[in-house]
Parts: sequence; structure tokens; C-alpha cells
Amino acid sequence: MKQHPIELILMRQLAGYLAVPVFLVDAEGTLLFYNEPAEALLGRRFDEAGEMPLEHWATAFHPTDERGRPLSPAELPLVVALRERRPMQRAFWIEGLDGVRRRLEVVALPLLGQGDRFLGGVAAFWESAP
Amino acid sequence: MRVTLWGTRGSLPSAGPETVRYGGNTACVEVRGCAGTVLILDAGTGLRRLGAALPGDLPRVDILLTHLHLDHLQGLGFFPPLFREGTAVHIWGPPSTTQDLRTRLARYLSPPLFPMPLRDVPGQLVLHDLPLAPFALGEFEVDADLVCHPGPTAGLRIAEDGAVLAYLPDHEPALCSRHFPDLPEWTSGYGVAAGADLLIHDAQYTAEEYAQHVGWGHSAFPHALAFARLAGVRRLMTFHHDPAHADDLLDALMATAPRDLPFELLPGREGTTVEVGPRVGADGQGEAPRQA
Repeated sequence: MKQHPIELILMRQLAGYLAVPVFLVDAEGTLLFYNEPAEALLGRRFDEAGEMPLEHWATAFHPTDERGRPLSPAELPLVVALRERRPMQRAFWIEGLDGVRRRLEVVALPLLGQGDRFLGGVAAFWESAP
Repeated sequence: MRVTLWGTRGSLPSAGPETVRYGGNTACVEVRGCAGTVLILDAGTGLRRLGAALPGDLPRVDILLTHLHLDHLQGLGFFPPLFREGTAVHIWGPPSTTQDLRTRLARYLSPPLFPMPLRDVPGQLVLHDLPLAPFALGEFEVDADLVCHPGPTAGLRIAEDGAVLAYLPDHEPALCSRHFPDLPEWTSGYGVAAGADLLIHDAQYTAEEYAQHVGWGHSAFPHALAFARLAGVRRLMTFHHDPAHADDLLDALMATAPRDLPFELLPGREGTTVEVGPRVGADGQGEAPRQA
């Protein structure tokens, strides 16, 4: 069984203690974990949702911009952070897996480790008024 | 491979009559391969005696530093091969994004903390960033991975002819898991230790002491047992003993271990030598440890 890099282990552990919603993916974009505060906004417990590839999570929440235009995966902050290895922030709407639409402010960061290792990315987000 | 403990103490050298059996020197382990390659794991104060025991005609020695805390460095300034010609000393340390290894080592090995600047060491010194991917050193394959301890800290997995030594002298896997021992893929150090024939692991605290030292980067004795069980190792050797732990306390701690452990539990005592072979043989066990 392959062990995740220590930076992802530490980030998951930290996220488990934070009140801020956090969404963690590996270098391929596979969703590894989101914490309990994120569960409230995404509409499903992580234990039930489980790990999922980028192609799945990037569309599963039906993201749209402020005018209701669907966002492609390439327009999502976490995907930009992964592909361009830079931080990104943006507000957009999602439909949680509980069917509720919510407006989120998302800050996404690439995770770069010692020895020039690209490890994945993390997004922190809040529900916000338009 | 033959593994000898030259320093087993954590944090601070602890010489005295109360530590003669487990030893007072800080982290230093010698690993000798079948073809004569010598690896030294960490450069704590045990390095002084080890250096004095090395033959003068040894062409090369490799020192692998798990991290740069002082108890893992303090022997470097007293390592005889650095002060003579004939033995190339290669030092490997975890990479940093901001400073090279020479700069970081020189913070200790230079005035006013040390009388001689590192650049004035007369021996042949070669410094390397420790690769975080498998690489060969003589007959060994070395695989380093970062583990849970303050500051960049590597665990080392050293393999030779199917035998595996895992070295995690400073490690707090319980900090990284909400329900330790938890899932292997989410456990710090699991990849280093999985299935090892010998695991040398941090066992600094009692369970009661650990409660007062969460986040300091070390394990309680029961954590070391739980980690070894999770990793499926064949033998566990305790290491990085707290400087305040006298021999009698360490004996008493060992005696608290359950009798039905799925691995052999060995006390990490300075001077102990262990032959580490692969998981084969009539009895499925390697040679018993012996005092050097």
C-alpha cells in the first residue's frame, strides 16, 4: 500500500482540526479529503462521497459564474492552481450534492514540497453573499 | 547488513552511571554492507567513537543525516576522517528550498559555536542533498522520505539483497493521525517502514510524558509498538531515549510491552550489533543481537 507524502498527511490532519472548509487533492487532481465544515457546504459526508478523480469533482457540483454560466474545470481555482502551479481566488456558485445552490469564495494553492516535488493542491472556501 | 548502535540517546548526551547500559551518546548508527560499504546514519555524539574505530585506509564513508537538529550533528566536529587524508566523507542531508547543506551545517560548524569553520576541515568532504527518491550507495539501495518531525526530516529505508532496515529516529506519527494507528496510507513513515526486517524507531516518551509533549516530534513507547505493528515489521528496536530516562526506567518501559507482539522487540542499547537478513531461513528470524 502506497503512503501519501507527509505534506498531504499533515494538510489532511490540519484540515481535520480547522473550522474553515478545506478540500485536498493530490498531484493528479484526485480528491483525497474534505473536512467536516466542507461537508456542510458540499452537501455530503466525505466518507460517503469518497475519493474521486478531477473530472468527476470538477463537474459534480455544477459550478456556474455569477450570471449562471457553467464553468469548465479549467476555470475552477483549484484546477488552475494544479495546472499552472499558482494560487488563485474566485467566487462562484455550486450545487451541493444535497441539491442546494450556494455561492462560495474559494482560495486555492498548489502544494510544492521540498526537493521540487509537486504534491497536489488545497482549496479553502467560505459561503458568501453575492 | 550489519547494524551497530553507537549512539541511542535523544536530544542531549546523557553520560552517567544511570545510563551505562542504554548509553548516553546521541543518535549514530553504523551500517556495513556485505561488500564493505559503510553508511553512518546521523552524526550525534556517538560518531566520535565510531570514527575512531574506522580503519585509516577506508576509502569512503557516507553519513546520512535524517535532519539537522543538534543531537544529530554534534559528533561531526569530532569525526577523525574529517581531519585526515585518505577517507572521502560524503554527507547527505534533507534538501532545503532556501539554503544549501553546507550553509546550514556551517551554522553550527563555525565560530562562535565551533572553533573551526567548516571550510577549513582538512579532509575530503563532499556534501549532497539527500534525494527523495531511491538511489544506490555501494551495495545498498537507499530510499528517503520526509516524515512527521519539526523541520524537514527524513526517514531512511536501506535495502541490501532483500534485507530492509528502516530508520526513523525522530518521528511522531501519532500527531498526523486522528485515530492512530490509522490507515497505512495516511500514516507518516509507513512507506519507509513497511515490512522492514529491522525498524529502529523513536520511543522517547512514556505515554504520560507524551501527553505533555504533543507536537515536539517524538513518540511514546506505545506509539512505537503500534507503528511497528501497523507497518508489519519483523523486529523493532527502541531508540532516541529521553535524556532523563535512566536504565532502570527503560527496562521497566520495555517490560510493559504486551507479550503477544507480532514482532521481536529489542532494546536500543549503545554497542548493540544486529545482523539484518531477509525474511527467509529455517526459523524465519535473523541473528540475535549481541553486544559489540
